[in-house]
Amino acid sequence: MSSLNRPIKSIGEVYLTKEGMSFKEISDTVCGVTEKKAPRNWWIAFFIASTFTGILGMCVGYLLWQGVGVWGNNAPVYWAWDITNFVWWIGIGHAGTLISAVLFIFRQKWRTAINRAAEAMTIFAVICALMFPGLHVGRIWFAYYMFPVPNQMALWPNFKSPLIWDLFAVSTYFTVSLLFWYSGLIPDFALLRDRAMGLTGRAGKIRRLVYGALSLGWRGSNRHWQNYERMYLILAALSTPLVLSVHSVVSFDFATSVIPGWHTTIFPPYFVAGAIFSGFAMVMTLMLVTRAVYGMKSVITMKHLELMNKIILLTGSLVGYAYAMEFFIAAYSGNEFERYAFLNRAFGPFKWAYWTMITCNVVVPQVFWFKRFRTHLGVMFAVSVLVNIGMWFERFVIIVTSLHRDFLPSSWGYYRPTLVDMGIYTGTLGFFFTCFLLFIRWVPMVAIAEVKGVLPQADPHDESHAHEGHGETIEASPEAQPAE
Amino acid sequence: MTMKKRVALYLAQYDTSAKVLHAAEKVRKAGYTKFDAHTPFPVHGMDAAMGLPDSRVGWIVFFSGLTGVSSAYLMMWWMGGVDYPLIVGGKPGFTLPSSVPIMFELMVLLSAFGALFGMLHLNKLPRHHHPVFESDTFRSASDDKFFISIEAEDPKFDLAETKAVLEGTHPETLELVEEPVDEDEEEEEEGHH
Repeated sequence: MSSLNRPIKSIGEVYLTKEGMSFKEISDTVCGVTEKKAPRNWWIAFFIASTFTGILGMCVGYLLWQGVGVWGNNAPVYWAWDITNFVWWIGIGHAGTLISAVLFIFRQKWRTAINRAAEAMTIFAVICALMFPGLHVGRIWFAYYMFPVPNQMALWPNFKSPLIWDLFAVSTYFTVSLLFWYSGLIPDFALLRDRAMGLTGRAGKIRRLVYGALSLGWRGSNRHWQNYERMYLILAALSTPLVLSVHSVVSFDFATSVIPGWHTTIFPPYFVAGAIFSGFAMVMTLMLVTRAVYGMKSVITMKHLELMNKIILLTGSLVGYAYAMEFFIAAYSGNEFERYAFLNRAFGPFKWAYWTMITCNVVVPQVFWFKRFRTHLGVMFAVSVLVNIGMWFERFVIIVTSLHRDFLPSSWGYYRPTLVDMGIYTGTLGFFFTCFLLFIRWVPMVAIAEVKGVLPQADPHDESHAHEGHGETIEASPEAQPAE
Repeated sequence: MTMKKRVALYLAQYDTSAKVLHAAEKVRKAGYTKFDAHTPFPVHGMDAAMGLPDSRVGWIVFFSGLTGVSSAYLMMWWMGGVDYPLIVGGKPGFTLPSSVPIMFELMVLLSAFGALFGMLHLNKLPRHHHPVFESDTFRSASDDKFFISIEAEDPKFDLAETKAVLEGTHPETLELVEEPVDEDEEEEEEGHH
């Protein structure tokens, strides 16, 4: 126990924020963003993002009016960009859960700088993902057939189908992520409410009302913190297997079929690794931009970025291993359809997509073996964008190349997207960034209470900050203390 | 019109987590039960210093999870096995292995609801108002200051004695917080006595 009480430097740890930051500085840095006027760059970004959201609205309207024929999907490629985008967005969401839940369970305190923004990213990404299964059914007004609700045909969903598992997995994932995000926000909304008490005018009144309602009357009571911390731990413990189950179930959509290129047992772990990989890349892209725009360098430090780059390197290499293993199994199985599907992937009509994927996902992240590149802002920004492009192509390659060569050569085809496909995809990007920009404008983008909790002066047993006369620290059991 | 007020609580303020931890311990040892610590983040060791029993959130989550997993099982068994079996590929209408993913998902879903709403229920939140908010210094409880409050409802509460106990913990500030009394509520209370 005694080593835990020693000053942070003597045990070889580094500060998680800029050295010597006070509680108040953290509050001011993070809350200030929502209290000051939005910088000019925010408005420019918001204008661009909401333009693409408008394009999304128009394309979706046209799709619903005309039917799914406005997409490029056709025999034999019945699944194309719709499911590619669905899997891509879900995967991006997974990094948020990994950072908030898995790293919490492993007591990785550095997560506190990025977990709030990553959780927000999860929620917006999952909303984007959920649009596609809804839209691809064609007649969206019958989408309730997917749910186990009584309908006029007196039919229930087929619970043996992975597609219905997927529906349950993704909607559970969205709900649990939302609860997790909101529960983390309650103490920070209380801080915003208390800071608004001093404000005058209508803005102050609105802030007091809205943040007051959202904080549910939180008063930082330790009797509340006790239940709150237990709830947070339980939500983290629930989210950890949940995030693994969600992408495993997504991969079942493919793996339980008999299509060569889809019918592989490596899919669940391979999809989960890929999801974390692309999600971390997206967190990196977003963090680098918000950090620069809002001057959060003292909270989101180079240390955080370097650790994230290490995870990108790890998961990128896992994905590379999975690509190689798929080829090995295809060769080793001796199944000629399987072998053909993989050779066709790398050297067939879609080879450009395959090699884009390999370059972006496997080759590019290898630069992170070198500390110089791991800590270079320009390099990490470029890598994070390339990884997201690569991971989009991974889903495209898996889905489209496996379908475009059917078992009979008479049913072979080639897939080309239409303008509506592109409009909907870029539109979801616009929608995602619109939501994210609104989030950083109105919601604390860093988990303030959690960052304060990991500062050295937060620890009541920290000798370097204890100003108590008797200098005695309380051990786990207060009964062990001599009576005063 | 003068607003009637009544004593609600004593509020002591500290500027470090170590001080508030020691203060909470002293207040507990002095025999108070209706007291609380208010901190911007959970302070390590405070539960033990205040002598709080273990949180009951886990039990709520356990039973909500159990409800989730069993209702998922019953739903799929009745819909797929009894009410309208869909025969696909000659397989039975209901099987356990294919039901595992949805049973798991509903277990997680209901447990998560149980965790958040269980926490709010145990904490009696959302709550519209609390006497601590009558104090202006209390605004910094969510920012960078630490507080101990002893409520007037505590059986040991005494204006002079409680003040002395709290002064013994060396707070930065110590104030007596009063809350306005609602006229109807007061009449009701008088009827009780």
